[in-house]
Amino acid sequence: MKHYDIVIIGGGPAGLAAAAAAYDAGVTDVLILERDKELGGILNQCIHNGFGLHTFKEELTGPEYASRYIAKVEERKIPYMLNTMVMDITSEKVITAMNREDGIIEIEAGAIVLAMGCRERSRGALNIPGYRPAGIYSAGTAQRLVNMEGYMPGRQVVILGSGDIGLIMARRMTLEGAKVKVVAELMPFSGGLKRNIVQCLDDFGIPLKLSHTVVDIQGKERVEGVTIAQVDNRGKPIPGTEEHYECDTLLLSCGLIPENELSRGMGVALNPITNGPAVNESLETSIPGVFAAGNVLHVHDLVDFVSEEAAAAGRAAAAYVSAGCVDAEHKEIPVTFEGGPRYTVPGTIDPAFVGDSLTVRFRVGGVMKNQYVNVYLDGERVIHRKRPIMAPGEMEEVKLTRAMLDAHPELSSICIKVEEA
Amino acid sequence: MYDIVIIGAGVTGCAVARYLSRYQASVCVVEKEEDVCCGTSKANSAIVHGGFDAAHGTLMAKMNVMGNLMFPALAEELDFEFQPNGSLVVCMNQEDMPKLQALYENGVKNGVKGLEIIDQARLREMEPNISPDAVAALWAPTGGIVCPFGLTIALAENAYTNGVEFRFNTEVKALTPREDGWIIQTNHGAIDAKCVVNAAGLYADVFHNQVSQKKIHITPRRGDYCLLDRTTGGFVKHTIFQLPGKLGKGVLVSPTVHGNTIVGPTAIDIEDKDGINTTAAGLNELIEKAGTTVSGLPIRQVITSFAGLRAHEAAHEFIIGEVPEAPGFFDCAGIESPGLSSAPAIGLTVADMLRDKLGLAENPNYDGKRKGILDPKKLSKEELTALIREEPAYGRIICRCESVSEGEILDAIRRPLGAKSLDGVKRRTRAGMGRCQSGFCSPRTMEILARELHVDQSEITKMGGNSKLIVGTVKERL
Repeated sequence: MKHYDIVIIGGGPAGLAAAAAAYDAGVTDVLILERDKELGGILNQCIHNGFGLHTFKEELTGPEYASRYIAKVEERKIPYMLNTMVMDITSEKVITAMNREDGIIEIEAGAIVLAMGCRERSRGALNIPGYRPAGIYSAGTAQRLVNMEGYMPGRQVVILGSGDIGLIMARRMTLEGAKVKVVAELMPFSGGLKRNIVQCLDDFGIPLKLSHTVVDIQGKERVEGVTIAQVDNRGKPIPGTEEHYECDTLLLSCGLIPENELSRGMGVALNPITNGPAVNESLETSIPGVFAAGNVLHVHDLVDFVSEEAAAAGRAAAAYVSAGCVDAEHKEIPVTFEGGPRYTVPGTIDPAFVGDSLTVRFRVGGVMKNQYVNVYLDGERVIHRKRPIMAPGEMEEVKLTRAMLDAHPELSSICIKVEEA
Repeated sequence: MYDIVIIGAGVTGCAVARYLSRYQASVCVVEKEEDVCCGTSKANSAIVHGGFDAAHGTLMAKMNVMGNLMFPALAEELDFEFQPNGSLVVCMNQEDMPKLQALYENGVKNGVKGLEIIDQARLREMEPNISPDAVAALWAPTGGIVCPFGLTIALAENAYTNGVEFRFNTEVKALTPREDGWIIQTNHGAIDAKCVVNAAGLYADVFHNQVSQKKIHITPRRGDYCLLDRTTGGFVKHTIFQLPGKLGKGVLVSPTVHGNTIVGPTAIDIEDKDGINTTAAGLNELIEKAGTTVSGLPIRQVITSFAGLRAHEAAHEFIIGEVPEAPGFFDCAGIESPGLSSAPAIGLTVADMLRDKLGLAENPNYDGKRKGILDPKKLSKEELTALIREEPAYGRIICRCESVSEGEILDAIRRPLGAKSLDGVKRRTRAGMGRCQSGFCSPRTMEILARELHVDQSEITKMGGNSKLIVGTVKERL
């Protein structure tokens, strides 16, 4: 059986950043396993710009952003296997993968970084009633067809869900000659970034109907139309508000689900809110030596933060290997929250394993205006930051510094509160 | 002129075809859709009923019990997924106990083996997630679950390799008698046959009524279903029926042969024979009822919902056999539940009727064995390694949710009566049937289909006809 110090599952933005960071932290025996035919992951089909503002202070396209990280991997001569599907990982970190050339491959890893990304919620999972004809696509599948294969999935389009991919596809389809009639969003707020609503809908005169959902799909062979209706504050359609739209295509952008089948299979504990692994400050899962980063951990809005998070996971994996792959004792001080956040990543912190600083990310459950994000260590407020607006579609973060932690040597409680003052 | 034309390539038509292929006869199956198993056979509970439910003395009861007994050997012969997992009919109410007893007695009279009424304690032992309100159950160890696509496709393939012809996209318009048989008018011209088998499912009344004065009426009875993720596998081990009682006829909760959990069906009579759309009301009713017999049904794990139509004849009885005033016209009409369970028995029975009618001799070349699509997941590591070395396509995973390789998809397309559409591939291999519902694999499967069928990707459909998946190329209209 082959052995690598660190094996990275997935060669998208998270996997690439984790690999380069692990290498730079001194562990050079790293392997990336990628199921697609090239590195870069979902970025390869995201041909719009707006990537990298934080990391590179430039507006890059998805493939350009990916290429910067692919270059880092190439420069370091980090090996990777393409067209290779990981079938199974054991809790002992034995990976079984498969491809055309090598057949079944078994690899033993010192440490593993899970970087499998996420998938889109399907029509079936949304339980939308109606027929099941051709012409119903998740926004990402349509994006792949249009941007990578050059095919048009349809010409008269209704989009359900205002997640970022849906917004981006509203613009893309319009630019490719399709008519996007409406974007319906179940929630009273968009799930996407404000900038995408402006640049992808408003600039093209595409209406966004909040608190609306699709209640029927017509067409026995190909989509012929959909009915949308307004919903009440419990998300239930309000009779009498139905509107019919003739269309040949329904695109769905109704949320992303971290792809954790492998994690679950190896026994990694998951957080029921994020559907990603529960992790500590080192982004280490419930299995020592197994780390997670990027959309497999929790769904991000911006790839810059995926890269940053994954680099931290890569460094933590390298530290684990450098320490001889022994399962160090971690204190698990829970990060609790009140008043808005739905979860935090990480979920527990041991200050002893924090470097200069630690970024804690979270999302709020609803739109909140003119609030303060306050962080308390053992009851003492150490961060007090005004946020004019917070929304579920925009991830929030707070940064705990070494100095803050050092000031509380007996730390036992960490709490993030959203408060009016 | 054919000896026999079978109208409809659902499970009944394919079963008749398969058992007819044991004889020397020219047989042709005509099907209006592009593939076998496109109607009622593809959207049902996927249950092989024990046979205790159908009223004693009916043809339904006889065919059900006989079909049930045929399944284990048939599954071996034709290599499709079947599991005799056993069924439980759960009684939720002391007042309903006499009904449970009556069901037991009906089953015994029907000749169902192994029936037993079990108490709450034993029920709970067998099914830990059963509702605390359950008081007792009828245990039917001969009940089973089957892959309905697998069964239908296996019957069709075996019929085909034994010489039966299949004509797809061929819709029968009218039947007219001729001197020694029938003229079957289709959208692709006329076909002559000595005998006709009416296995047209929801449309069986249309053809029956063309040749008979004794009119029948088939009502499409819609059943909505939810299919839950494979992570729910094991939530129940047996098929859990609700005893029809004061709460009305309930819905079943069952494992599938592929490890999902299926919940359904509703029973809503409609007019449209193509009305396979689910409705919000139907799905809501289903979800509400499904929680009755079990506790903590993980309904949030739904990966898809769908509706199927039962061909409900007003008399609620199978109509099987030659129509007296239309010699050579054989009905298989009103085949609603337990139609899937009865299919092998109906196939055998009708084939024997035709043998007697036409004096058919045995087919000396008949081979009743059929090999299904190779499932690499059932191979040992060494076997799989050898397979990939020989055929690298088995090393390329196309559908990641269900771990379906390109090798399996190629097999599905290249084999007799192979897949021509995305749904055709899906029903044969499960590619696209998993939790992402083909979001990931559909572009790749489309590519493989186009390559194998030597057509442009713009010609690839979801399910034949006008169900094209893409409408052109980018920028062509700019």
